[in-house]
Amino acid sequence: MKVKLYDIAHSRAGDKGNTLILSLIPFNEEDFAWLCKEVTAEKVKQHLKDIVTGDVIRYELPNISSLLFVCQQALSGGVTTSLTMDTHGKSLSYALLEMEILR
Amino acid sequence: MKNKIRIGCGAGFSGDRLEPALILAEKGELDYLVLECLAERTIALAQKRKLQDPTKGYDPLLERRIRLLLPALKRNNIRLITNMGAANPIAAANKIIDIARELKINIQVAAVSGDNVLANIDPQQKAMETNAPLNASGNLISANAYMGIDAILPALETGADIIITGRVADPSLFLAPAIHEFGWPLDDFELLGKGTVIGHLLECAGQVTGGYFADPQKKDVPDLAHLGHPFADIFPDGSAIIGKVKGTGGTINLLTAKEQLLYEVTNPYEYYTPDVIADFTTVYLKETGKDSISMSGGSGKAKPLTYKVSVGYQAFYLGEGEISYAGSNALGRAKLAGSIIQERLKDMFPEMKIDYIGSTSVHHTSFGNTAEPYEIRLRIAAKADTAEKAAIIGEEIEALYTNGPAGGGGARTNVKEVIGVISTLIDRKIVEPVITLYQS
Repeated sequence: MKVKLYDIAHSRAGDKGNTLILSLIPFNEEDFAWLCKEVTAEKVKQHLKDIVTGDVIRYELPNISSLLFVCQQALSGGVTTSLTMDTHGKSLSYALLEMEILR
Repeated sequence: MKNKIRIGCGAGFSGDRLEPALILAEKGELDYLVLECLAERTIALAQKRKLQDPTKGYDPLLERRIRLLLPALKRNNIRLITNMGAANPIAAANKIIDIARELKINIQVAAVSGDNVLANIDPQQKAMETNAPLNASGNLISANAYMGIDAILPALETGADIIITGRVADPSLFLAPAIHEFGWPLDDFELLGKGTVIGHLLECAGQVTGGYFADPQKKDVPDLAHLGHPFADIFPDGSAIIGKVKGTGGTINLLTAKEQLLYEVTNPYEYYTPDVIADFTTVYLKETGKDSISMSGGSGKAKPLTYKVSVGYQAFYLGEGEISYAGSNALGRAKLAGSIIQERLKDMFPEMKIDYIGSTSVHHTSFGNTAEPYEIRLRIAAKADTAEKAAIIGEEIEALYTNGPAGGGGARTNVKEVIGVISTLIDRKIVEPVITLYQS
């Protein structure tokens, strides 16, 4: 059975230049291991292929049971000079949360 | 030495609400109030204002914020630390003194400048983002080094009631008073790392107290209309408890604190500031009561030898136009309008973006959600080298009224000059913080 990430986790997006930073935080800390197994950097890169053109690096933070995805070349050239509506990519947390994983 | 200090954060960006800081100053039992109001591009825009008028170039809301806060700060003996000096801390300090005299409040203000390094950088120096010379991006108009505690601590030592800075790293605004009060050694990078984590949790103000978090029925937050901004009780061992004033809106819990802890962190093992390279992977958070989170752990290693410099340059003129379509085949009519603009302007504007607001404008895809929205807003944006040329985008959007598809409405147009920001590094030794004192 597939579930949407948003059913089990929440996220906030941040930016640095042309880099998009997405946290992924399970509502229930017990789901952290499951997220680590299912939400790999490769899967996130594939899911965000229309948005992220560079590498995706995943950091695991067991201290707060959270994942962090650092996505390169993801903000159409960068916050200050991009022509997109959401120059900071702040709405992109909800793009990550659209991803589906296997239960 | 105190066994605890309380620092509030009453603003997390230049345009933040005004009254949460007043509530903190009146009821927060603070030792320090911090207002963080300076983003990457804000300082380049401020630099432009200063060029036009040498008495300007500080934060546009400075007067309103200071006028509102000064009586409560004085009454409750709270020291204010803020980067609202932007491109002109000296003019900002003078403005604060003017307001204090008018209100008959006796205060001392310390202006912290020295971050302007436009004269010290080589325009041929490489930009970190492009790996090309800085001036290849455009005409350089500002260069500001991210100074840190080295610049703020001497200002705190003067005893000034208000410390007003230009570009300093956001967490340093919080770390400096902790060092000042607890006497943390400047080479105790573990403590400096902990203090930086605390600053990071506070620096976006409402983003740790339930702002930027809510989703009805899923992540409910009470009374966002009266969101309280945070304070931290910081202890000499570098641990802290984050809270907010009772009766204010919002919520502080593990979920809000985790979202903020990871916000804008590009590497949780190495979070670079001018003061320390902080480690977020050893931070522990715990709910200690309603709207209360304790933070422990966190670490760090020796500070970098360079300062990061934000360089502003004249990038281009942005031309924008929007028009709405609604009802049957709204998306089809919007796309027809988009293709008309594309055909007419593609040769003139090599960099042009066509967005269908309501469909794929911010995520560039709808992840397979195929339901057609009832209404769509077409948006065209393009880069131009003059304001006159940029205005053509809006003219063409408005011309769709009588020359384009049926039922277009609500056209809006916009032209603005865009300042780009790129980064480079500078040797710390070149940057000399300057403290200037004023008395009302």
